[in-house]
Amino acid sequence: MAHRALAHKITDDVAVAVADLKAGEELLIHSLEGGRPLKVRLLEDVPLGHKLALRDLPVGHVVIEYGEPVGQTTQAVRKGGYVHVHNLRTLRWNYGQPQKPKSAKKGGK
Amino acid sequence: MARKSVAKVLSLTGYRRPNGRVGVRNHVLVLPVDDLSNAAAEGVARLINGAMALPHPYGRLQFGQDLELTFRTLSGHGTNPNVYGAVVIGIEPKWAERVASAIAQSGKPVETFSIERHGDLNVINMASRAAYRMVQEASELKREPIEVSELVLSIKCGESDPTLGLAGNKAQGQVVDRLVDMGASVIFGETSELTGGEHLIANRCATPALRRQFMQMYNDYIRMIEAQGVDLLGSQPTEGNIRGGLSTIEEKALGNIQKTGSRPVNAVLDYAEPVPPGQGLVFMNSSSAGAEQVTLCAAAGSVLHFFTTGQGNVVGHPIMPVIKISPNPITCGTMSEHIDVKLPDLLVGEIGLEQAADRIMEVFVRTVNGRLTAAELLRHNEFVLTKLYPSA
Repeated sequence: MAHRALAHKITDDVAVAVADLKAGEELLIHSLEGGRPLKVRLLEDVPLGHKLALRDLPVGHVVIEYGEPVGQTTQAVRKGGYVHVHNLRTLRWNYGQPQKPKSAKKGGK
Repeated sequence: MARKSVAKVLSLTGYRRPNGRVGVRNHVLVLPVDDLSNAAAEGVARLINGAMALPHPYGRLQFGQDLELTFRTLSGHGTNPNVYGAVVIGIEPKWAERVASAIAQSGKPVETFSIERHGDLNVINMASRAAYRMVQEASELKREPIEVSELVLSIKCGESDPTLGLAGNKAQGQVVDRLVDMGASVIFGETSELTGGEHLIANRCATPALRRQFMQMYNDYIRMIEAQGVDLLGSQPTEGNIRGGLSTIEEKALGNIQKTGSRPVNAVLDYAEPVPPGQGLVFMNSSSAGAEQVTLCAAAGSVLHFFTTGQGNVVGHPIMPVIKISPNPITCGTMSEHIDVKLPDLLVGEIGLEQAADRIMEVFVRTVNGRLTAAELLRHNEFVLTKLYPSA
């Protein structure tokens, strides 16, 4: 059966959609590295390549993907919720250092 | 076992240069030293079939390290093993001779022309006759059998999205491990784009000295960004990355690093420093912008580049074939003509990483042997100099 979403590690906080997913879908999430698959009911639409939460993530939670920190939640996300720039922010660059100037908006590379 | 059998059947051909280095293409370059010489260089390339001009916007009133980098990039393209010989054109003779003499050290044919006291039309006449002779000589050079261990290769990803970290870059990482195990040099860079995973690269440095050198280079790059009084929010990840699903630089970096495979980092080099064959995995300081990094790799001596893309970066290079690889089904469907290796079936688990790596290796072998890449067919000849600071 073709995968719908995959996790890098089954202990990660998020998985990645490998197809356009619709709210309400019941997903069985496998990790590329094996481990027991996780059942997740999707709460929101998640497009191909975008992320969903594998567990409830409180606000300020350091989100783990690839077994490494990839950012911090700026609002609580429920299991099966859509995770992206609206609720996840980098731990690097300017984060938590208000003495520095506001982030510059520049074009993409 | 599977890897050994793949290694055995690799049947590669290329062009051997006077200094023993091996290329997979056989270009004759018309190299302008400065912006003012672009018109004459392009004039020669229009007249002579097979002469390739490399126009660019710099080369005047640069100084210090920035000037050295421009010289190293220009002469690095002349000495790149994919090049048979070069016609160098500058506005005045001194800097043109400086670039030409660096190329001549590789034993290749080089001829130099300067525009002052001649004018464009006379220079185009003389330089076209030189290019004419070189292209004809180059056309008689024959491909001969070569080994993977004689090749310098390079990698980058661009317009990335999570399909790379999940699939495309993992398959590319297996390819890099195989090529390193067969003795190739493989260059990677993208310094700022390691942010969030820089410790993983540091831990793979072969010696403590290399590790210190890598961390210093990484920290200097981040300090250079911070010295502008800004950070990279809004630039890293790019708007294309965000559209594809990448949320933070850490997530992008961890996906990026998958394509470097698992072997130790055996050398840490600065922008466009020459990379000899037989080095294994090599880190080279670079921008993460596609055409800049690809140009630096070619200047360092890479003869073939693997470029994984999620959302569909279309980059190519004038003298170095760039193999583009994507696992994203939307990109493979809507931008099919840009993608050399399509891996959407890997994304949904219909094939495994070994099979995906085999597919990339097969296209690698065919490309080395002369098959044109998508970027070569579409004239994606991006040649972009890295500028370290303003000119005087």
